[in-house]
This record gives sequence, structure tokens and C-alpha cells, in this order.
Amino acid sequence: MSKKNTGLWVFLPLVGFVALALLLASGLGRNPEELPSALAGKPVPGFSKPSLITGDTLTEERLTGQWQLLNVWGTWCPTCYVEHPYLLELAQRGVPIVGMDYKDEDDKARDYLARYGNPFSEVIVDADGQLGLDLGVYGAPETFLINPRGEIVLRHVGELNQRAWDEKFAPVLRQAGNPLGGPS
Amino acid sequence: MIRWLLLLTLVLAAPLQAAIDIYQFDTTDQQDRFHRLTEELRCPKCQNQSIADSDAQIARDMRDRTASMIREGHSDQEVVDFFVTRYGDFVSYRPPVNERTAILWMGPLGLMLIGVLAIVMLVRRASRSAELEEDDRT
Repeated sequence: MSKKNTGLWVFLPLVGFVALALLLASGLGRNPEELPSALAGKPVPGFSKPSLITGDTLTEERLTGQWQLLNVWGTWCPTCYVEHPYLLELAQRGVPIVGMDYKDEDDKARDYLARYGNPFSEVIVDADGQLGLDLGVYGAPETFLINPRGEIVLRHVGELNQRAWDEKFAPVLRQAGNPLGGPS
Repeated sequence: MIRWLLLLTLVLAAPLQAAIDIYQFDTTDQQDRFHRLTEELRCPKCQNQSIADSDAQIARDMRDRTASMIREGHSDQEVVDFFVTRYGDFVSYRPPVNERTAILWMGPLGLMLIGVLAIVMLVRRASRSAELEEDDRT
């Protein structure tokens, strides 16, 4: 082995270190709460749950026919209060939102909507959290975008706000040619 | 005296341990499977805890579902698959081997190979230069 060759080998640990550092650094910027949704592209799981508003039985059929949001909330969830005004704004812009009252008490939920306003076209009561489990929900708020075929297109964990809307929801709607996505 | 104290702690400890275990199973085999599965499934809310360790609401729901699935006679694999289809590979502390998890499974082995290779090369070079030095002396 020549002398010149040895000189280059000296840098190998440095190269290895830099490669590892870059790999780890790319992970630092990620939000660990943001789990890849296992359900993306799959249809909403079948369910049969009462409506908070009418008491009628709702099924997964209710989530087909148009682009709409499925928002998981509960009166016990602090972030839901923060998010609520933005949901009202979206509803006013014509975005159909179906609420899912997750592990909550019906009376409290009705009071909540009466007091803060109701952005939901329908509210599914998931008192025992079983539909939440089927949807892979692990907290609230969570928001799903559902296409007219009743398939989950994307999932947002945490507060839904203008930024999340602009970055995640609007581009998908625009691509689908839906005016709710705004001008392209 | 100390013997009596020890006995007293033992007697007091027994019901404490029983209080944690609220899930009833028909057989000890089911009980064992429940413990193994809840250790192996990861809580999606409080990450880095298994659903057995976590006090989060969702972990409790997942324990309930695990227990009921075991009682209904589902296999371990069916329980794990149930959660993986809903929460993704993330939820299992024993993720499957596929192209996305390849670096996780093969990474340590690869790094070890590089290390062994480096040591072999260093040793060979050292012995070669030692030979050269001996040659110089003659």
C-alpha cells in the first residue's frame, strides 16, 4: 500500500461522521407527532353511530358524495377550543365539515355547539371511541380530508389552522379541481 | 423482629400487585399473551412507551381491545395486524422487514461489517509495514 493511499483513508472516519450527522439532522426537523396515516387512500371504515343533532343512525355513506372534512373533537380537548373559530370560518367559506364527537358526553357537546357556534353539517357521536380506534385516531383534534368516493385522502393531527389548510388541504383540493382549494 | 417486618411487607405487597392487573382471562396462557402483546405494542400518543406502560386514554382503549380480541380467540398476529392497519408500522415495537425499515434492521449489521473490515485492513497493513521494517534491517 502506497503512502499516498494511506493519506486518503485518514478522511474516511470524517466522511462517515458527516454522513451520519446529515442523516440524524434530517430527522431533527420532523414532527414526531406526525405519524404516517396507515389509512391514507383507504375507504372510511364502516360504522353505525347516532347523530348528535338528529339522533338518527349514521353510516359511512354519510361521508361520500362530495369532498368533505371529518373533524375529530371533544369538549374535553383544549386544542379543539383553539381550533373552533377556524372551523367556523371554513364552514362559512362553504367547506362541508362532518364532526365526530370523540369520547364525550352528548349534553356537554350540544352545549358547546350552542355556545361557540356549529361549523358541522353533521356530528357523529363516537362515545366509546371505537370508530376513533378504527380510524387510527389517538387524540383530538384530528382532521381527515375525504373524497367523494368516501376514501381518506389525508389526515392532519393537531390544530387545523390557515397554515395547515394552505399547506396540506388546499393543494389536494386544487389538484382535484375543487373550487374550495382556491385559485391555482 | 426483622423477620416479622419482612413478612408484613410481603403480605401487604400481594394485594397491591393484584390491583394493577384488572384484566381477567380464562387461562394463564391468555394472560401471558396479553402481557407480551401490550409490551410489544407502542402507544401512538405518548411515544416511546408501550401500551402496557402508558396511562394515556388511547393506550387504555388499545389494552381493552387487545384483551377482548384475545378473549374472542384471535391470534397474536391478528391483534398486531389489527393495530398496524390502523396506526401503521409505527405501532409495533417489532416492525416488519421491508424496504422502508431496511436501514433499521440492516444498519447496525452494516456498520459492524464496516468496522470489522477496517480492523482487518489496519491489522494487515500493520503487519506488512512490520515486515518491511524487518526487510530494511537485513
